[in-house]
Amino acid sequence: MIHILLPAQLCSLANVSRQVELEMEAPASISSVLDELEARYPMLRGTIRDQVSLQRRPFIRFFVAGEDISLEAPTDPIPESVTLGEEPLRIVGAMAGG
Amino acid sequence: MSKVRLLVGTHKGAFILTSDATRETWEIEGPLFAGWEIYHLKGSLLNPDRLYASQSSGWFGQVIQRSEDGGSTWEAVGNNFTYQGDPGTHQGYDGSQKPWTFKRIWKLEPSLMDDETVYAGAEDAALFRSKDGGNTWQELPSLRNIKGNLWAPGAGGMCLHSIIQDQADPLRLYAAISAAGVFRTSDGGESWQAANRGLTSPYELPDADAEVGHCVHSIAMHPAQPGVLFMQKHWDVMRSDDAGELWHEVSGNLPSDFGYAIAVHSQEPNTIFVVPIKSDSEHYPPEGKLRVYRSRTGGNEWEALTRGLPQSNCYVNVLRSALAVDTLDPCGVYFGTTGGQVYYSKDGGDSWSTIAKDFPPVFSVEAQVLP
Repeated sequence: MIHILLPAQLCSLANVSRQVELEMEAPASISSVLDELEARYPMLRGTIRDQVSLQRRPFIRFFVAGEDISLEAPTDPIPESVTLGEEPLRIVGAMAGG
Repeated sequence: MSKVRLLVGTHKGAFILTSDATRETWEIEGPLFAGWEIYHLKGSLLNPDRLYASQSSGWFGQVIQRSEDGGSTWEAVGNNFTYQGDPGTHQGYDGSQKPWTFKRIWKLEPSLMDDETVYAGAEDAALFRSKDGGNTWQELPSLRNIKGNLWAPGAGGMCLHSIIQDQADPLRLYAAISAAGVFRTSDGGESWQAANRGLTSPYELPDADAEVGHCVHSIAMHPAQPGVLFMQKHWDVMRSDDAGELWHEVSGNLPSDFGYAIAVHSQEPNTIFVVPIKSDSEHYPPEGKLRVYRSRTGGNEWEALTRGLPQSNCYVNVLRSALAVDTLDPCGVYFGTTGGQVYYSKDGGDSWSTIAKDFPPVFSVEAQVLP
């Protein structure tokens, strides 16, 4: 079980509470987690990564246990603590005013 | 009794304002999609309770929302706006060539002919069409063949902001782009031609009457007078009597011919409205007086409409999609400001009242009359 914390705007878009849970087993990657997230919540397609290039949107970051894993390859395995459900994967929108 | 529904897009969400046909009192619902930029909402003429909304964010990109019940509930539909083929490059602010990059949808126009078809105007400029109610989108890419490499962004971005359909000829469309100009198709978007002859931009372009590159801010047409087009350009209010073959200036006695929005009276095809703005650097009304100007002669002779509007210390702007009319008689006229006010007139502009005074900056206003 993977716990994902979404930014508030995406929670309202997907009509979910702050935390989303996905049934996934190790090994998982950012890419496979987002595949599963977008399959379950199609309205999130394009809001975290580009739909065609699959590039992370510039103002989006991924954190696990206080560590920024945004710059790691999307297909790299994410920390085991996430796939074990011990730590959430935080998807964070940049603090950029607005 | 019929009902009027206003669809208001703002910097931080959408609002739906409703009244009966007397237009005496208004109910306000919203903000919908709170915190998101709503560039435009529009209802289908064929199916008025089907609404579309362009929801976007610098963080999370573009979302398109569709409602089937007049805005009570919404569903996110397709948001994959992919340019067809290699879109090439266009001019950047510095004159260098920049790759075409999708940023957002400025305009949504449901087809007047087919309930399932809807058009979307994009930044970077392109026209997309959906034939399945917004679930999937395809670009009409030949538009870019008209010297797309010479198009450039205006201050708001390189946006396709105006889409006009000819009710008498379903294959004829007009699209306007800032800063590229007006383009016309007679075959439903398969091929396009520039429709900018007569426009002059001596302060903005090295070739003042270039085929493309003009900063057209908005265009309007009355359905009963197809081929007669009105334009608010960066500077100049213009008119064409031959479907954009040739434009001539009708700024006449306006206090400034800079502005963003233009609209045609629903009952009088030769009566038009603009909101003059002081200049391209001073984006507020001349003399701090918020005045709508009306011409009953299709331009050149303009009268200031001031009753009910602030006539001192007013320094708001009225953006290109923020002026609309309803189809009642007498005609209702509506506009929103960057200061968050929504004003309306139920007597063709003679007098004005405020519906909302503290909204976020208003991007767009559309009016629907419902049975």
